[in-house]
Amino acid sequence: MASTARLLFGPIVDNNPVTLQILGICSALAVTTSVATALTMSLALTAVLVASSVIISAIRHHLPTSIRLILQITIIASLVIVVDQLLQAYAFAISQHLSIFVSLIVTNCVVLGRAEAFAVRNPVGPSVLDALGNGLGYSLVLLLVGAVREGLGLGTLMGYQVLPTVAAGGWFVPLGVMLLAPSAFFILGLLIWALRSWRPDQAEPDEFPLATAEEGTVS
Amino acid sequence: MPDFNPLSLWRRLLSLPNDSKTKTLVMAFAVSVVCAGAVSTLAVQLRPLQEANRLAQQQARLDAAVSQGTGVAGSQADPAAPGLQMLVVDLATGLQATGITPASFDMRAAAVAEETSTALTPEADLARIGRKPKFALIHVQRREGRVERVVLPVWGKGYQSTIHAYLALRGDLKTVASLTIVEHGETPGIGAKIDEPDWQQLWPGKEIADESGEIRLAVAQGTAHSVYEVDGITGATRTGKGLTNMLRFWLGQDGYGAVLDNLRNGRL
Repeated sequence: MASTARLLFGPIVDNNPVTLQILGICSALAVTTSVATALTMSLALTAVLVASSVIISAIRHHLPTSIRLILQITIIASLVIVVDQLLQAYAFAISQHLSIFVSLIVTNCVVLGRAEAFAVRNPVGPSVLDALGNGLGYSLVLLLVGAVREGLGLGTLMGYQVLPTVAAGGWFVPLGVMLLAPSAFFILGLLIWALRSWRPDQAEPDEFPLATAEEGTVS
Repeated sequence: MPDFNPLSLWRRLLSLPNDSKTKTLVMAFAVSVVCAGAVSTLAVQLRPLQEANRLAQQQARLDAAVSQGTGVAGSQADPAAPGLQMLVVDLATGLQATGITPASFDMRAAAVAEETSTALTPEADLARIGRKPKFALIHVQRREGRVERVVLPVWGKGYQSTIHAYLALRGDLKTVASLTIVEHGETPGIGAKIDEPDWQQLWPGKEIADESGEIRLAVAQGTAHSVYEVDGITGATRTGKGLTNMLRFWLGQDGYGAVLDNLRNGRL
């Protein structure tokens, strides 16, 4: 029971794919200008992740090593097309905002990473939990970044006005920079900093520690 | 004697070592077939819904092109709206085409059909559309008998796709009221910015021609320097050039030139 919970909840904070493994950054930057797009992207990625983990885990004993990666990518790519087509049919407006980034889930390292690292060597049940956990971890970061960017950039959350902007007679001056891609880097950086201050064990050891004064003296 | 029972063949296949040639081939084939099947079935099943979405969006953009800036809310493209006229015009004469009702006129189909279009010579084909339609469906809005706005459908080749748009002109027929992109497949994040409100709001107020009547409306390479130009999009030079050529074609004599002349002198 404890291990089940660890599989599911571990990737949300302790082993978050975005903040600890620094995977899936590209889409995390691109689609977080509003909470609605971040939410759709999160759902799409989680769906693809869970479905691909189930399929890959189910056929894991019969994957020939020589074409293992190609088969995994084929399955992932097909699932992504399926999700993209569904979005275009049932959530057209939002699919226009996400444009190419849904298709780019194929190249999202989180998906192939979980397939390679977990689904190919674990049974279906744990693979689903692992995929779901990672999907939720990714979603959490996306939603946080999206909420900060939409909140400070437009004064809205999910389209509802939360901070009265100057244009609408309030006091809040929207920060245009929040809607530009670089701000996502800043927010993500601050988020990782905060997380690693709270959980120091997540900080990586220095690869090249600075030399002390004595060590650095050239004789 | 070989055993052809499918069930035992299946078991034999599964028990083969993963790296055997047979299993590799069978797995590759099976995964491809299943994936291809799933993707194509779904794509075909969902096509009607996606098509309906696309049409609704085009209609919404047409509505926006017609109503933008006139201060009149609501669906202006509704044929029953006061002052708004849907006209099928003959591009050669610039007059209303006889015998074609706007409601049943499919401009996209007519623009490529043999009998309702003519082939363009490469020199005349600025917009790179291959064939020039004989008829076009335009929207004219009048208030107290005077032309207030004209919405012209235009299309042409951008960098990697055909861009479809509505060019709306103000009542003087000399200034742009709006350029609304209806459909395009330009590079996402670069050429696709033609679709964004930030860029589209650069268009209203631009003048289409100088005193001598030469069409000058253009997308600049870089920053705009005259009343005829809008700022180009960084990295999307060829999309911008495509738009420039497309607008020059459609505003010129091969396009809506005759129609605009007739609107000016009141014959239409």
